[in-house]
Amino acid sequence: MKTKLLTALLLGTSILGTTGMALAEDVTLNIESWRGDDLTIWKDKLIPAFEAKNPGIKVVFAPSAPTEYDAALGAKLTAGSAGDLITCRPFDKSLELYKKGNLTDLSALPGMENFSPVAKSAWQTDDGKASFCVPMASVIHGFIYNKDAFDKLGLKVPTTRDEFFAVLDKIKADGTYIPMAMGTKDLWEAATMGYQNIGPNYWKGEEGRAALIKGDQKLTDKDWVAPYEELAKWKPYLGDGFEAQTYPDSQNLFTLGRAAIYPAGSWEIGLFNTQAQFKMGAFPPPVEKAGDTCYISDHTDIGMGLNAASKHPEEAKKFLSWVASPDFATIYANALPGFFSLNSSPVKMEDPLAQEFVSWRGKCKSTIRSTYQILSRGTPNLENETWVESANVINGTDTPEAAAKKLQTGLDSWYKPAK
Amino acid sequence: MDTETMAEETRPKRPIRWHVGVFLAPAVLVYTAIMILPLFGTLQLSLFRNIEQSQVFVGLGNFRTLFGDPNWSVNFWNALRNNVWFFIIHMLVQNPIGILLAALLSSPRLRFTAFYRTAIFVPTILSFVIVGFAWKLILSPIWGVAPHLMDFVGLKSFFTPWLGKEQYALTALSLVSVWQFVGIPMMLIYAALLSIPDEVIEAAECDGVTGMAQFWKIKLPLILPSIGIISILTFVGNFNAFDLIYTAQGALAGPNYSTDILGTFLYRAFFGFQLQVGDPNMGAAIATIMFLIILAGVCVYLFLVQTRLRRYQF
Repeated sequence: MKTKLLTALLLGTSILGTTGMALAEDVTLNIESWRGDDLTIWKDKLIPAFEAKNPGIKVVFAPSAPTEYDAALGAKLTAGSAGDLITCRPFDKSLELYKKGNLTDLSALPGMENFSPVAKSAWQTDDGKASFCVPMASVIHGFIYNKDAFDKLGLKVPTTRDEFFAVLDKIKADGTYIPMAMGTKDLWEAATMGYQNIGPNYWKGEEGRAALIKGDQKLTDKDWVAPYEELAKWKPYLGDGFEAQTYPDSQNLFTLGRAAIYPAGSWEIGLFNTQAQFKMGAFPPPVEKAGDTCYISDHTDIGMGLNAASKHPEEAKKFLSWVASPDFATIYANALPGFFSLNSSPVKMEDPLAQEFVSWRGKCKSTIRSTYQILSRGTPNLENETWVESANVINGTDTPEAAAKKLQTGLDSWYKPAK
Repeated sequence: MDTETMAEETRPKRPIRWHVGVFLAPAVLVYTAIMILPLFGTLQLSLFRNIEQSQVFVGLGNFRTLFGDPNWSVNFWNALRNNVWFFIIHMLVQNPIGILLAALLSSPRLRFTAFYRTAIFVPTILSFVIVGFAWKLILSPIWGVAPHLMDFVGLKSFFTPWLGKEQYALTALSLVSVWQFVGIPMMLIYAALLSIPDEVIEAAECDGVTGMAQFWKIKLPLILPSIGIISILTFVGNFNAFDLIYTAQGALAGPNYSTDILGTFLYRAFFGFQLQVGDPNMGAAIATIMFLIILAGVCVYLFLVQTRLRRYQF
C-alpha cells in the first residue's frame, strides 16, 4: 500500500515536472492592439497559422479599447508591463515611442524589403533612416453606392464631378433615397470621408502633400480650397438633420437602404457586407474631366513594432518577419476585407467590393492623408482643426476661404518648413 | 502626532489620547494619498515643461502660454465662457425646478409622493454614458422620438437637430444635465422642508399666513441655507463637468467647439486626441486654473454668503 502511494506520488511529480518544463520551453509573446474587433481573426486564423510553423512560440492577442489604447500603452510601457509586440498607430504617435526608446529599429528585419518606401513612410524617422514598425495595412477612400438604387433610377456610375452632381440631383429629384449618407456631428466624417477623400484629386496626391510640407504650397492655395468648395456643395444632398447625424447613423442609413451613396473608407466593407441586403458597388472620387489622372487616399493605418523591453526579442522578430511575409498578408487581407496589405507582392482577395477598391491602386496614384505626416505636431493640431473646419464648411457656418485661412494661420503659428 | 505633542505640553498629567490619532488616521491617510498628494503633484507638474524628453522647470511659463498664446487662450476663454453658461442654466433652471418639486412633494395633499420622488431621482444615479447616449437617440433627427412627439402636437416646425447646431448645442446639453441632476436639489430641499417643525407652520396658520404666502414668507427663509449648499454643489459640479459633453459630443466638443467646457479642454490637452499628442504639463496648468476657479467660488460662498445666512434653531 505504501509503495503504491509512493509510486503514485512520484509519477505525479514527474508528470507535473515535465509539464513545467514544457511550459518553460514555450515562449509567450503578447500583442498590444486597439483592434478589439479583430480578436477572433487573430485567435482563429492568424495566430494558429504562425504557431503551426513555429513550434515553441505562443502568441496572445490582448487588445484594449481604441480610445484608451494610447494612454494605456503609454502607462504600460512606463511601468514595463507592456506586451512584446506593439501595434503601431501611423506617424507621430509611434515616432514618439521610438524616440523614447520604447520601439526597436527594425530596418534590418528580414521581410522589410517587401514594402515600398511610401508604405514604410508612416513608421520612419523624418530622415527615413530607421524604420520601427512593420506596415500591416492601409485603408482606401472612395464612395460606396447602392447598386439596386442606381439600377432602379437608371443611373450610371459617375467618373467626373459634373456626372457626380448630376447623379446626386437625379436621386434627390426622385426622392426615394437620401442622395448621400453623411453627417457632421462627429466632425471626422466631414474631414476624413469628405475632405481627405476628394482632396487628392485637387492637390494631385503626393505632389501637393510634399509641397505643403516643404512650404511651397499653402492651405489657402486654390488646390486646397477647392475641395472645401465642393464639400460646401454637398450640403443639399445630405439627409434631414445631418448636423446631428452621427457616424453610426450614417452607416445605418446606408445599410438600411435609405441612402444611395456613402462617402466611405474601405474599412466599412466587412460591416456593410454583413448588414446590407442589397448589392453594393464602389467608385473612386470623381475627377474634373474624363481622362484626368485620378488620385486616391491609400492611407497607411496599422503597423506592428517590437517593444524594446521585450524579454524575447528573437522570437518576436521571427513573428514580425512573418507579419512582413505574403502569407500573413493573404490571410489578413481576406479575413478583413477593406484593410489592404501594403506588401509589394499582390494579394489575392475574394471579396468583390474589396477587389474594386484595391483595383484603383492600378489606375490611380496613391497618397496618404495630407495632415498626418509632420503637419499635426504642434498646437493647434492641424488634423483636429481640419475636422472642425470641414464640418463648419458643410454646415455653412464657415466659407471655404475662411476655413482654409484659419487652418493656414494655425499651421503658420508653429510650423516653419525647412527651406 | 501634533495633537499628541500639544496635549503633552499643555497638560502633562493627562494620559496621551492615542485613540484620537488612531481614529483619525485612516481618513487622513487615505485622503492625503488619493486627494492631497495628487493635487500637489498636479500643481508641481504645471510648473515644468517637457523639453527634449526631460522635465525642465519653467516657473509660470505654462500659464503664460495658456493666457498669452492665442492658440491656447482663445480655446481657454471659449471653454470658460461655455462653462459659465452651463452653470447659469443650472442655476436658473435646475435649482428653481428642484425647489418647486420639493415644495410640491412636501405638500400633504399629494398622493404617490414616494413614486414621484423615486422617479425624479432615478436619472441622477444613471451613468453619464447612458444619459448621453439615450438623449442623443431621443434628439436624433433620424431615429429620435423627439421629432415624432413634436409632430404629434403640431410643433414639428420647431424641431431642429439641436445637438448639431452651434447656437443650441450647449443649451440643449445643459438642459439634459439639468434633467439628470434635478433630483439632488429636490432631495436636499425636500429634507429641509420636512425638518421645519409643525409648530412654526401652525403658528403661521394662526397668524393667517397660508398657501403661497406661507411658502415665500416662512418656508423659503428657513431653507435658504440649503439653497446655498445646493448652489455651491452645482458650482463645483459644473466646473468639474466633463462626462456628459464627452459622451454626447466627443472630445472635440463640436460643432465648432461650441460645447467645449473646461473639462473637455483639459482632457484634450492632457491626454491628447487623435493625432494631437498629449501634453501633461499644459494639462496640469489647465487643471490648476480650474482648481483656482473652484477655490475662488467656494471662498466667495464661504466668506460672503454663508456668514450672512441666518440660521434658526428650533
